Amino acid sequence: MKARIAPLLIAAGVFALCFRMIQSPEATETPRSVEDDLQTAVSEVDAYLDFRREQENVEPAKPADDLLVLRRLASSLMGTVPSLEEIRQFEADKDPGRLERWTLRYLNDPRFSDYFAERLARCFVGAENGPFIIFRRDRFVNWLSDQIRSNEPYDGIIRQVVATDGLWTSEPASNFITIASSEGDIDENMLATRTSRAFLGQSLDCAQCHDHKFNADIKRSDFLGVAAQFGTVDVGGLGVSDYAGKFFEVDDFNDIEEMAEGLGEDEKLKFEPTVPFHPEWLGKEGSPRQKFAEWITHEENRRFHRAIANRVWGLMFGRPFITPVDDMPNPKDRPYTDVAADVAKKKAEATSPADDVPIYWHEYRDVLDVLAEDFQSHNCDLRRLVKVIARSKAFRMASTHAEDDEMALFDIEEHWGVFPMTRLRPEQVIGSMLQSSYIRTVNQNSHMFLRFIRFTRERGFVEQYGDLGDQELTERSGTIPQALLRMNSGMTRETIESGIFQASGRIASMCETNEDVVDTIYLVCVSRRPLPEEKEHILSLLGDAKGNARKTIVEDVYWALFNSPEFSWNH
Amino acid sequence: MTPEITRRTVLQAAAGFGLSFALPALESRAANQRGPEREKSLIVLWMNGGPSQLETWDPHAGSKTGGQATAIKTNLPGLEISSMYPQVAEQIGELNVIRSLVSDEGDHERGTYFVKTGYRPLPTVIHPSMSAIVTCEKPVDPKEVQIPAHVSLGGGQFPARGGSLGSQYDAFRVYDPGQELTNSRSPVQDERQERRLATLEVVSKAFAKGRRVQTDRTGHQLTVERALAMMSSEQLKAFKLDGESGHLKAAYGDSSFGRGCLVARRLIENGVRAVEVSLNGWDTHISNHEGCQTQARSLDGAFATLISDLKQRDLLDSTIVLCIGEFGRTPEVNNAGGRDHWPHWFSCVVGGGGFNKGMIIGESDPLGIGELGPGIKSKKVGNKLVGQPKDPIKVPDLYATIYSLLGIDPKGEFYFKSRPVPYSDGTAVKRLIANA
Repeated sequence: MKARIAPLLIAAGVFALCFRMIQSPEATETPRSVEDDLQTAVSEVDAYLDFRREQENVEPAKPADDLLVLRRLASSLMGTVPSLEEIRQFEADKDPGRLERWTLRYLNDPRFSDYFAERLARCFVGAENGPFIIFRRDRFVNWLSDQIRSNEPYDGIIRQVVATDGLWTSEPASNFITIASSEGDIDENMLATRTSRAFLGQSLDCAQCHDHKFNADIKRSDFLGVAAQFGTVDVGGLGVSDYAGKFFEVDDFNDIEEMAEGLGEDEKLKFEPTVPFHPEWLGKEGSPRQKFAEWITHEENRRFHRAIANRVWGLMFGRPFITPVDDMPNPKDRPYTDVAADVAKKKAEATSPADDVPIYWHEYRDVLDVLAEDFQSHNCDLRRLVKVIARSKAFRMASTHAEDDEMALFDIEEHWGVFPMTRLRPEQVIGSMLQSSYIRTVNQNSHMFLRFIRFTRERGFVEQYGDLGDQELTERSGTIPQALLRMNSGMTRETIESGIFQASGRIASMCETNEDVVDTIYLVCVSRRPLPEEKEHILSLLGDAKGNARKTIVEDVYWALFNSPEFSWNH
Repeated sequence: MTPEITRRTVLQAAAGFGLSFALPALESRAANQRGPEREKSLIVLWMNGGPSQLETWDPHAGSKTGGQATAIKTNLPGLEISSMYPQVAEQIGELNVIRSLVSDEGDHERGTYFVKTGYRPLPTVIHPSMSAIVTCEKPVDPKEVQIPAHVSLGGGQFPARGGSLGSQYDAFRVYDPGQELTNSRSPVQDERQERRLATLEVVSKAFAKGRRVQTDRTGHQLTVERALAMMSSEQLKAFKLDGESGHLKAAYGDSSFGRGCLVARRLIENGVRAVEVSLNGWDTHISNHEGCQTQARSLDGAFATLISDLKQRDLLDSTIVLCIGEFGRTPEVNNAGGRDHWPHWFSCVVGGGGFNKGMIIGESDPLGIGELGPGIKSKKVGNKLVGQPKDPIKVPDLYATIYSLLGIDPKGEFYFKSRPVPYSDGTAVKRLIANA
């Protein structure tokens, strides 16, 4: 009996999985036009970086080819490469604003919301599965993806993450809290750390045990005050709620001796919730967490907007504007309106065009401030933030540069004078391999079977390649197991083999000329055409090979491209 | 070890190699070195799940807490260990027993983190494992050692990792020791492999045009070369057991752990710096005594044979062997005949590689309620008063000792997001060091 049920259960599982993946099929089309009120922010970002480069005598790289920029967009927004189908459409698109419209097309693609939700979830709740039963990471990620897909303002999303009450299943945002729950206890320290790193882009970690050694503004009491914001949280049978009878208590009085004066040796200090600055930003109504969420997302809280700007910059370039992404220095704590007024005043005082160079900017603001102000004043619109960055000169710069000296190049990179080369994350590598093994776009409209294959292969590969979890924006070099996996694994063999449905097989059997074969393989795998020396080499391999001989050569070229630095490094 | 330095180091290392994927495999000389000439290495026998100290190295036989445990005499006068370990009892005089390790982490994942790194988990700092630090500070010469320098055998749940040092220091994982390594051979014939590599070289050169420095810095080339060197290296044989006598294989035991210990010796012999061998199944919440007997059937022969084998091959003086798990188990036996998690004291065995031998350090409280006598502190854990062991040894102190013996400054630092963190915040235990 058992033997009969098992296949049925497996089939049901596969069906359920596939069903989940086809829930929201939407046709993806390139918009004919884009609204264009981004120019001010884009120009300011460009002007700031141009100015810094001029000051440092840094020569910027040339603009990258449009197709390479499209590859960067697909990789950073969806974790894959453009399909041949997309590349052909893109190349045929001769209307103005092609890259802007394709950025919008990708932002409208459900692959974007799913992919970005996973990235953000990593900093909100980590990559691990967390406590059994009471933590449902899948629900959290799906919910976040829905929020992004319907373009909910980011500040509203974060208010829900911090302050939602209820069950981890029906109120998925509450998983932010339940992951910190263990056998009825809440780890307030974990929540304080996550809050400061993920939402404010600053680390209070050191202050968990002592006053910050390098940042005099961060005291241990600041950390404890933030942790105490979660002191009344309770996780019970009805999910997350606040229980007024609970307190956040401390039994180690290092650096808070004054507060603990008069307490006995075994007594604990009940710590009141506080915020490290601007208590007037706290909400006036609702639960303690709701008030605190208002404070985090307050329109004047520069850290909040700068943090997400830095993170999105990091996701798009592979390197955050300020590293580490979640341990940034204090911003200049001036209200936006003051800065804007100052800038306007200085501009008005300028007597020559040269004075109009925003020489005074760096005193108050950097690129993140420009992005943060634009983001905040446009309803905390994540897509807009992506669009501004995607349109900046820095994002569209080549990763090649005439400079060949190592130290000089470090300076150029520091001033975003060349597109940085960073290691692609495992899901980007496997996403690209899987897409390259098909001619058509692998997306929500693909055949159920294909998407099931993608889903399972991706998971296996990410696990074997090494998942960096919430540290995914730190720079890493490659490892030997990764190289072995790319070179010799069954997964590689399956993606390059020339089956009748797969790209390599179709290229080998359907391209009439050898030139076509080489060009097509390159477009599919690396979104460009081969250089003359590459073409010459591969044409010499192909010779007059036919049938299976031709197929194996195509497979071998695929293998070489998959194992090249070009394939696994963002460039 | 800031990110910049890492990038630069990789670049410098990469600069030593030309753009060629056809490196010949080099004969290892490490296998021929013995005695003081030989660079030191480390083997950690990881007891996954938290082994009971009472059914291993600290039996308290006949006492209330001892349960069904009985003890036997060993070749070290004054030391009795669980009678489940007759073979280890013959070898343990070469090593030292610590019965007073202390920890505050009673959860598997957190406890493992603590014991593998010497640091309690923090929400964001990712500490490297002790074995990763050893591999980073004492790098092997890739020309001599073409296989990974840090290896984890036997598929433990939380293998040793590089943490903030970088994923290149993660242990290379081998799930089924003694078998052919996965992904270690090219799936195609030599002729096709040559065609692939020749094409890869053309493609890589084309990509490096205009971005030579950036491409060198990725270390991609170097990693691929190392992987290829490994694929064609004679040293791959060290992962298998061919050539070992049936007698020796039987002595190590026909279990994943037994094969893992034998592979560990073969790897060390080939110059690998650090090897972890995991023995799973120690989480004996139910039927502890029977569970421990099952574990002992794997551990006793493998551990004892490893020590005698290393000694016979003159490798013990240059190889530190540490047998440890994430915590110990409760002095009381629960209603299911099991023992639960107990981090307040637990045991380990350590020796070789310059350690003293024959020391028995610490003494645990048989009842666990602070009856060891005056001067022994108790601490409150939840609602219970828990007695501390005599002469407590902190895990960071043990690791500072290991670092010192390997010629690594325990106060050396790694960086986590520009914040310096010492390798160990403990101090070396001088009496454990030979001739100190």
